[in-house]
Amino acid sequence: MQPLIASRSLEIHRTKPLAGPDADFASADTEPHDTQPILRLRGARVFSRTARRSDPAPSRLSYRLQRWMLTPGIRLGVKLGLPICAIAAAVGVYFASQDRREALGTYIADIRTSIQERPEFMVNLMAIDGAGTSLSDDIREVVPLDFPISSWDLDVEQMRDTITGLDPVKSATVRIRPGGILQVNVVERQPVIVWRTHDGLELLDETGAHVKETTSRKDHADLPLIAGAGAGAHVAQALEIFQTARSLGNRVRGLVRVGERRWDLVLDRGQRIMLPTERPVRALERVLAVNEVQDLLERDVAVVDMRLGQRPTIRMTKAASEDWWNTKVTMSNGQ
Amino acid sequence: MMTDLYQSQRAMRQMRRQALQRGVIAILDVGSSKIACLVLRFDGSGRLSEDNTIGSMAGQTGFRVIGAATTRSRGVQFGEVTAMQETERAIRTALQAAQKMADIRVDHVIACFSGANPRSYGLDAQVDLDGQLVSEAEVGRVLNACDVPDYGDGREVLHAQPVNFALDNRSGLIDPRGQMGQSLAVDMHMLTVDAMAIQNIVRCIKRCDLELAGIANSAYVSGISALVEDEQELGAACIDMGGGTTSVSIFMKKHMIYADCVRMGGDHVTADISMGLGVPAAVAERIKTFNGGVHATGADDRDMIDIGGDTGDWEHDRRTVSRAELIGIMRPRVEEILEEVRVRLDAAGFEHMPSQQIVLTGGGSQIMGLDGLATRILGQRVRLGRPLRVHGLPQSATGPAFSSSVGLSLFAAHPQDEWWDFEIPVDTYAARPFKRAVRWFRDNW
Repeated sequence: MQPLIASRSLEIHRTKPLAGPDADFASADTEPHDTQPILRLRGARVFSRTARRSDPAPSRLSYRLQRWMLTPGIRLGVKLGLPICAIAAAVGVYFASQDRREALGTYIADIRTSIQERPEFMVNLMAIDGAGTSLSDDIREVVPLDFPISSWDLDVEQMRDTITGLDPVKSATVRIRPGGILQVNVVERQPVIVWRTHDGLELLDETGAHVKETTSRKDHADLPLIAGAGAGAHVAQALEIFQTARSLGNRVRGLVRVGERRWDLVLDRGQRIMLPTERPVRALERVLAVNEVQDLLERDVAVVDMRLGQRPTIRMTKAASEDWWNTKVTMSNGQ
Repeated sequence: MMTDLYQSQRAMRQMRRQALQRGVIAILDVGSSKIACLVLRFDGSGRLSEDNTIGSMAGQTGFRVIGAATTRSRGVQFGEVTAMQETERAIRTALQAAQKMADIRVDHVIACFSGANPRSYGLDAQVDLDGQLVSEAEVGRVLNACDVPDYGDGREVLHAQPVNFALDNRSGLIDPRGQMGQSLAVDMHMLTVDAMAIQNIVRCIKRCDLELAGIANSAYVSGISALVEDEQELGAACIDMGGGTTSVSIFMKKHMIYADCVRMGGDHVTADISMGLGVPAAVAERIKTFNGGVHATGADDRDMIDIGGDTGDWEHDRRTVSRAELIGIMRPRVEEILEEVRVRLDAAGFEHMPSQQIVLTGGGSQIMGLDGLATRILGQRVRLGRPLRVHGLPQSATGPAFSSSVGLSLFAAHPQDEWWDFEIPVDTYAARPFKRAVRWFRDNW
């Protein structure tokens, strides 16, 4: 229970100002006694200390207001929502003007540039490893950079894609080395086969990818030769066939793609082994096995036709056929 | 009228359930000298265990007091609202302060008040059971079978608690549900008060934008908190000496079986001092609080008390009075109150109780030497009671003046079963609307 202080209840407010000689005497009491404040919010008490109320009850308005403020939703709204709205509104008003937006954009861009152009981020030269001189020149040509350049402006991914897109490049890695060096590591494609087309000679790697053009077969005498339309797409199979035909030594002249469908193995003396579309290596092995035993290819055979697996066929040269006819005649005469 | 009351009480119970779901409820003790408001938060932990074992906090750990405020009461006399505007403002003051302390908005309030001429009735009824088993509906049926005495117009039932069940020949059952028997009998204690007093309080609370989730008599709730477990079990009387009234409640087997109120209290003692010494009530209250007593000794003749005052008259402001004189003023009034209490206890047949423990509580029980005086008037077994401990109660609110506030908190947490907690049997319930319709026709044509 709140103990009641005697003086509190006994205080008498003098509402009527004194007049006459007493007025000067009473003026020592500087603050005139106020009556009840009109608006009874809590804040009003601060401004009128002298107006002491005997009834501490909150007004209905302040009671409702307090209860309202204690409601969780409202409270969150006032504590969080209002500041956010105010800040958003302030920002919105500030940036409503085009000039201010641009000023901010410029300011940010300036800061950005000043950071990007620090010497720590500058790239001064490009080092290319694993590429010959001509390829290096090509790479420098497709990736035109004017050094020094900030490393923020380099799109390394895109550069790598460009370099990899070059024909003689098998794979490439591009990175920025400490010290401001743009390091490009390249693995070149190695030509494994020569493809003769109507336009000239092309060098292909083992996947059939184009490496470069060449003018002379003699520059690449150690590489096998293929020919025919569509041959470039079947380099792996051609290599396999050449591998199998190794035992024929330097008799092999090359492979011809026929009808974009199957291979003909061309030997010297105009001999030709016609391989089937399906499993050409197997068919060639059969021919080689026969050759081993019968010396088939040493004989005067023009074509060994293996296109039908069940019925391998041999076409002899014209001279041999004539010989054979003569032999047949002789034999028939002998009878 | 009974049905309306039944409905409104059920609505209040529903409101209380809602409040418990929300977890916050306010306790409002509308007294003649102060209005106390506690804000409780229910966290749902630490309920009574299945077998009603009591833990270290006497089982009262389900809630916590998070806000407490008290204000000088205005417009309440003898525990009844006499000036509604003033009371409403006082309630608003207390609630606002408590809400501010709790930092949470409270929408549901449970109130208690002491006055309004409470009158106790003992009811009983017996019914034959339909089946062998006592079900909830059977309990409702037997409660409804109690023939309600004519307690007069303009009065309302505040409490109607079944205090004892008897099944066949076995009496003293607390909860007969699920037991087997042939006939079920019940003893019910009904407490009625003036309807206007309830309506005024309900009005005041509604005007503060609050929902009423329960209403109780303060004699009952201060008994809950001031009497200890075994006193409630064996039988005891709780005398709550408030400002305007002194409430008496008798407990037996953990149920209130009688309640009454003497329309005299501490304010009358203050008024006596004020008149006797010629001082304002506030000064008299201070003198009573600091220097009061009911036993004069030789030293008290020399113990002079400054009365004080600020009239500007030096002689008048320097008056003194001896403590013996003060005691001489206070003692007759206190004796009168206690004798009146004695009359009420005798009327209730308190001398036939097996245990005649008397517990004095309330703000008035803090008068020095009161226990000695009460022993002479009420009997040997008198003690001064303080409310139970509850979680979070401020130290300043643990005194005996707050026993009804604390008791009301306990009431809010674990209310006893009342008549309206059981369903009315369908047959009588269905008959009511028809009767009402007939009455309406008769009244209007």
